[in-house]
Amino acid sequence: PAEAEELRARLRAVRHTVLVLSGKGGVGKSTFSAALAHGLAADEHKQVALLDIDICGPSIPKMMGLEGEQVHQSGSGWSPVYVEENLGVMSVGFLLSSPDDAVIWRGPKKNGLIKQFLRDVDWGEIDYLIVDTPPGTSDEHLSIVQYLSATRIDGAVIVTTPQEISLQDVRKEINFCHKVKLPIIGVVENMSGFVCPKCKKESQIFPPTTGGAEKMCQNLNVSLLGKVPLDPQIGRTCDRGQSFLSEAPESPATLSYRSIIQRIQEYCEQHHSQEEKM
Amino acid sequence: LPERSTNLLGVRHILLVLSGKGGVGKSTLSTELALALRHRGHRVGILDVDLCGPSIPRMLRVQDRAVHQCDSGWVPVFVGQDRAIALMSIGFLLERPDDAVVWRGPKKNALIKQFVTDVAWGDLDFLIVDTPPGTSDEHISTVEALRPYRLLGAILVTTPQ
Repeated sequence: PAEAEELRARLRAVRHTVLVLSGKGGVGKSTFSAALAHGLAADEHKQVALLDIDICGPSIPKMMGLEGEQVHQSGSGWSPVYVEENLGVMSVGFLLSSPDDAVIWRGPKKNGLIKQFLRDVDWGEIDYLIVDTPPGTSDEHLSIVQYLSATRIDGAVIVTTPQEISLQDVRKEINFCHKVKLPIIGVVENMSGFVCPKCKKESQIFPPTTGGAEKMCQNLNVSLLGKVPLDPQIGRTCDRGQSFLSEAPESPATLSYRSIIQRIQEYCEQHHSQEEKM
Repeated sequence: LPERSTNLLGVRHILLVLSGKGGVGKSTLSTELALALRHRGHRVGILDVDLCGPSIPRMLRVQDRAVHQCDSGWVPVFVGQDRAIALMSIGFLLERPDDAVVWRGPKKNALIKQFVTDVAWGDLDFLIVDTPPGTSDEHISTVEALRPYRLLGAILVTTPQ
């Protein structure tokens, strides 16, 4: 109760919270979270926070060009690391002495750090809190949903790739969301086709043998927010810590990302105004 | 040290397939390695300790099979006519394939210990242990439970970026 009150106080100034989930690893959760953060922060009047709770494999510092940055403490708590004035980031990556240090922790210790991220970070007033998660349906996922019950989670964006091996795990994640009563904003299908820059022919690198995310979304009655094609520029900008949306504004993948980000914004704004009415 | 279970006494080599990163092809490699070893005439087992995202059953087309208990524990699922690949995965214990295994560490650890000691593998030349991404409960528990046995080593899987 006292702890819940502490969390509630800290998170009071957060207008919208979006969780980025997948059952499957390596489908582009962190890549998408980074793009979402940059996309939302393009509006300099919006304050955006990106929280990386993948404790074993924190990708966000590198993707945001913040490798080597440290977290500073002040009287008001831990200070997020700012990419832009209106885009702050927090990750266990900033707490490691070397980027190759393995964080070999069992569940309870991971949960403790996640709680600290929410309770001790001085986020200030935020319009959007984006939470990037590790793959799976375990401690981190249960804990973040539990701790964020102190504020309202607008919903989850679930990321997948087209093949059945991914969808198999993603259906489990969708069930997890239902179980913990987490609204699903929709599904993003990454690595959805590749267009050759030379001959312009489209290939399915990860063939959607069972109908891809589109079929799954139809079957499970969730929204398909969009499909993002494979673009080697995405991997390259992630490795270099650059914003893909800025570096490759003409890429079909950028157009997809922008459309998806718009839909997420609309969802959040709509639900907010519905709640305010109530 | 945990006691040695008789179930692993007939296993000649134990290999772990690891990565920090998800989605790089651990399960794919584990499956292909098992098939390649079988092709060379070896008896192979796969222990799939990815409790949240068990991929191996579908990769070997045995996702609809069930496991049974015997006196020494679980009987693994045998793949193919020659039954030369034995597989154990949480996938076989789910009531429905889309059921999420939403467990915290301690519950995962308990099952992994059982998976290591309570599967009646019989005689195997190779046991390949496929793991989920990360360096957490599943990995710590698997390595701890395997400590009394001779581990051949670990194969680490990555992609170029």
